[in-house]
Amino acid sequence: MRIKDHPVLDFKRGKEIKFTFNGREIKAYEGETIAAALHAAGVKELKKSLKHDRPRGLFCAIGNCSSCFMEVDGEPNVKTCVIEVKEGMEVNTQQGKGELSG
Amino acid sequence: MDKVDKMDRADKMGNLDKVHKMGNLDEIERIELAVVGGGPAGLAAAVKAAELGLESIVLFERDNFLGGQLVKQTHQFFGSKDQYAGTRGIDIAEELTDKVRKEAAIEVKTGAVVQGYYEDAVIGYLEDERFQKVKPEKTIIATGAAEKMLSFPNNDLPGIYGAGAVQTLMNQYGILPGEEILMIGAGNIGLIVTYQLLQAGVKVKAVVEATDKIGGYAVHATKIRRAGIPILTKHTIKEARGDSKVEEAVICQLDENWNIIPGTEEILEIDTICLAVGLTPKIDLALQAGCQMAYVPELGGDVPVRDEDLEMTEENIYIAGDAGGIEEATAAILEGELAAINAVRAISGGGSDLEAVYAEVSEKLADLRRGPVGEEIRSGLKKARGDENAGRDRYSRQRRYSK
Repeated sequence: MRIKDHPVLDFKRGKEIKFTFNGREIKAYEGETIAAALHAAGVKELKKSLKHDRPRGLFCAIGNCSSCFMEVDGEPNVKTCVIEVKEGMEVNTQQGKGELSG
Repeated sequence: MDKVDKMDRADKMGNLDKVHKMGNLDEIERIELAVVGGGPAGLAAAVKAAELGLESIVLFERDNFLGGQLVKQTHQFFGSKDQYAGTRGIDIAEELTDKVRKEAAIEVKTGAVVQGYYEDAVIGYLEDERFQKVKPEKTIIATGAAEKMLSFPNNDLPGIYGAGAVQTLMNQYGILPGEEILMIGAGNIGLIVTYQLLQAGVKVKAVVEATDKIGGYAVHATKIRRAGIPILTKHTIKEARGDSKVEEAVICQLDENWNIIPGTEEILEIDTICLAVGLTPKIDLALQAGCQMAYVPELGGDVPVRDEDLEMTEENIYIAGDAGGIEEATAAILEGELAAINAVRAISGGGSDLEAVYAEVSEKLADLRRGPVGEEIRSGLKKARGDENAGRDRYSRQRRYSK
């Protein structure tokens, strides 16, 4: 959920854009990270743990912890908490450790 | 894998083949000072070095913006009298960033991740998906901190965040982390973030604190209590529950030996748990560079051993800010300045002007660390400077990673 009124902050959101998460279209604003946009859309589970297949979500949000790795435009292990969302981006839940493409 | 295939693969990873041969040292760009990290310490260090006359400074920041964690600090700083007291962190970030941008001697590299500090004092960094190198005379590491985790069953469920992540979502992107929250930790960060959650309209069910006292400033605690939120000391979280995300938290009371008192369990229905259980210095780069570490709990865990001038055990590398020990942003700014002064002194040979600036900044820092509040920091710094042997027996990580 996005904050509309805040006593201290005034959020200047960028241009409205669209991207997809596992094929589903999601609205976002330029300048925000992929994980933030997903969170705003109610998506909390970002990946599964490698060994025990447990759901994992955002944890540190600053690129330290690897809890938010996803596949973005075919590239695996993208730190979605620090990479900005772009128009038309295809974001998918990653299967396994990921492979170098091409 | 044959050689051709290997090269092809390396190329896809951003010309990794070049990593294996560092190339001719003469071909590497030389600079006077590299500053790693664009938070309060790094920004202040770069500005001070430029003010003191250095002409080639490169500031590396892995994010696409400068300011580090200040960009989400909406509260007003206490600080010392003349160090940003009453100013909000977000405004301090802007002020420092403006100063950096105005200095022609500082080349700012955002979105640039420093990968390592190698032999012959070469820094390797990744920018625009290319591995590149630079050779500084002096380096200041100001990489900040990482949040500590707390052990309890299901602590990996989505909806459980570090306090910094809650601030990032809420204060930087204007997104609510959840609707009903349990806060773990009543230090300053726990209390401040609780208050910020209230400002954003989120319901905080309780703040639990394992020790018998509230660690943060009374003024913050009062605000929270006045809003009707219980701060439960001698309480902890026993477990989180939920399937694909956190739905409940079981909290309980602790006895004087930190054991759970049976029968005191209470179930809270929440959708978010925020962990504000402390920070630990982000020492990866200092460690990789070969600097010695000491275990100093007062400073947040393993910290680099440094001298009075903030130079670490590998010469020409300085440490500043939370990367050297957990304090707060005002101290980080002053340490950044101090590291810069020392680096400039080592490069230029010093001078009376420099000594005056040095005296001024170190006095401010000493002032900040005076009194009972600074006692832990002072004791921790003694250990980190190797003045005492305490902690020296626990070079745990150093042993594991030593070259």
